[in-house]
Formats: sequence, C-alpha cells, structure tokens
Amino acid sequence: MNGPHVGWYIVLAGMLFVVGSLGVFLRRSPLIILLSVEIMLNGANLALIAFSRQWGHEDGQVFALAVMAVAASEVVIGLGLIVAMGRRNIELDVDKLRTLRG
Amino acid sequence: MANFIVWVVWFAAAFACLASAIAVVSFRNPFFSALALIGNLASLAVLYLLLGGEFVAAAQVLVYGGAVMVMFLFVIAYLGDRTDQPSWAGEPAVTALAAGAILVEIVFAISEKTHGAFKHPHQITRAFGSPESIGKLFLTDHLLAFEVTSIVLLIAAVGGVVLGSHAHMTDNPAMGKHT
Repeated sequence: MNGPHVGWYIVLAGMLFVVGSLGVFLRRSPLIILLSVEIMLNGANLALIAFSRQWGHEDGQVFALAVMAVAASEVVIGLGLIVAMGRRNIELDVDKLRTLRG
Repeated sequence: MANFIVWVVWFAAAFACLASAIAVVSFRNPFFSALALIGNLASLAVLYLLLGGEFVAAAQVLVYGGAVMVMFLFVIAYLGDRTDQPSWAGEPAVTALAAGAILVEIVFAISEKTHGAFKHPHQITRAFGSPESIGKLFLTDHLLAFEVTSIVLLIAAVGGVVLGSHAHMTDNPAMGKHT
C-alpha cells in the first residue's frame, strides 16, 4: 500500500467526526446543524472505507453506501422540517423551539 | 516515487477536508457553509480513491455533491436571509475541550487495540471496490440491506412530500406560536 497506512485515515476520520460534533453542539441554525451531521456521517464513512481497505473486504464499502442512502433520507426529512418552520414564520433557531419543553 | 506522490495527494486532500469542515462549522452564512461542504465531499472522494473505493468515490460525488447539496442550496435560497442567524450557543471553549478529549480517547482506544496491525494491510486485487464487485456483494451477501435501503428511501420521499405539502398548512395556533 503506497502512501500513509490506514491509521492515518482513521485519525482523520476521528477529527472530521469531532469537528462535525462541534458544529452540532455550538451552532443554533438548524441548517448548519444538518450540514455538521453530514460531516459526522462522512467521518464515519471514511473510517468504514479505511477499515475495508485494511482487511481487504468490500463489506465496509457496501455499508458506507447504505450510510449514504440513510444520510440522503435524513437530509430530506430535515430540510422538509426546516421549510415547514420557514413557512410558519418560526425563527430558525433551535434554542427557540421550546413548545415541547416541560 | 509513487509513494511520495500518494503522500502529497493524501496531505492535500486531508488538509482540504479538515479546512473545509472547519469552514462549514464556522461560517455565519449557511450558503457559504454549504459551498464549503461541497469541497469537503470532493476531497473525501479523493481519499476514497486512495483507499481503492472507486465506486464509493463516484457515488459520493454524484449523491452528495450532486443531489444532496442541490437540495441544501435550494432550501437556503428559498428561505433567503432568514437563515442568516447570530450563531454561537453555549461555551465554545468548554465544548471544544470536550470534543478534543473525545478525539484523544478514540485515537488512544484504536491504537491500543490494533498493536500496529495497520502497518500490514491485506493485499488487494485490481477489482477491489469496482462497481462489479460492489454490485455482486449488494445482490448476494447484503441483499436484505439493499432492499431495506430502498424502503428507507421510499419512506423518506413520502415524508418529504407530506412535510412539504400545502394541504397540511392549517393555521393551528399551537404549532405556529413561538416565543
């Protein structure tokens, strides 16, 4: 295997996951939170594909494709919710959605 | 020589990947965040190619860089300047510290468990990660996952139509109220 070994890819995947989770924790706009979740999913995908290269099986790549399909579904639902919020003139700020708070 | 070139490509892609991920999280305007995410997805596709995942790299560019990002940009354009919110919540320093601790924990746990096995990856043939072998796996070993994925996509499409349809736009005061 030319270039860096699989461990380097795993560290990069962990960094991507952490950056995405920082976005989810720190940002208030639901759009940016969805984008950050995409980064987290991509970090997990990179780890899956790196481990699939390490063991020489393609099962990890198949799993990564399934994760992509789930991510696309998640984006459809999330954006649908955000558009519904926008139609009802609800402010796009996740901290202000407190109707369900006990 | 080939080794050196792969290292250079890896560092360029990894740097672009991390820089665009940080840009996604820190831009104030969601439009620029979405554009930065396209760069992130493209550099990830390069990394997938380095790992032998040709089909996954192509699917990444088509599905993410094409379909999903167009959807994002369309919604951001539809909502206009209302998406441009003052943005930070909580204590950024404390959260960053906690996230860094999680990263150190992940790296430590993996390096403890592997005992340097990463230095000896399995040999692969040229067919590794080609559309043919991925398709064969999908239709033999992972047939159930394949079918369930199609059902998930169908349910998501129905959910998107239901959430976006005008028929459900009743003026329910309990739903539209916000503080």
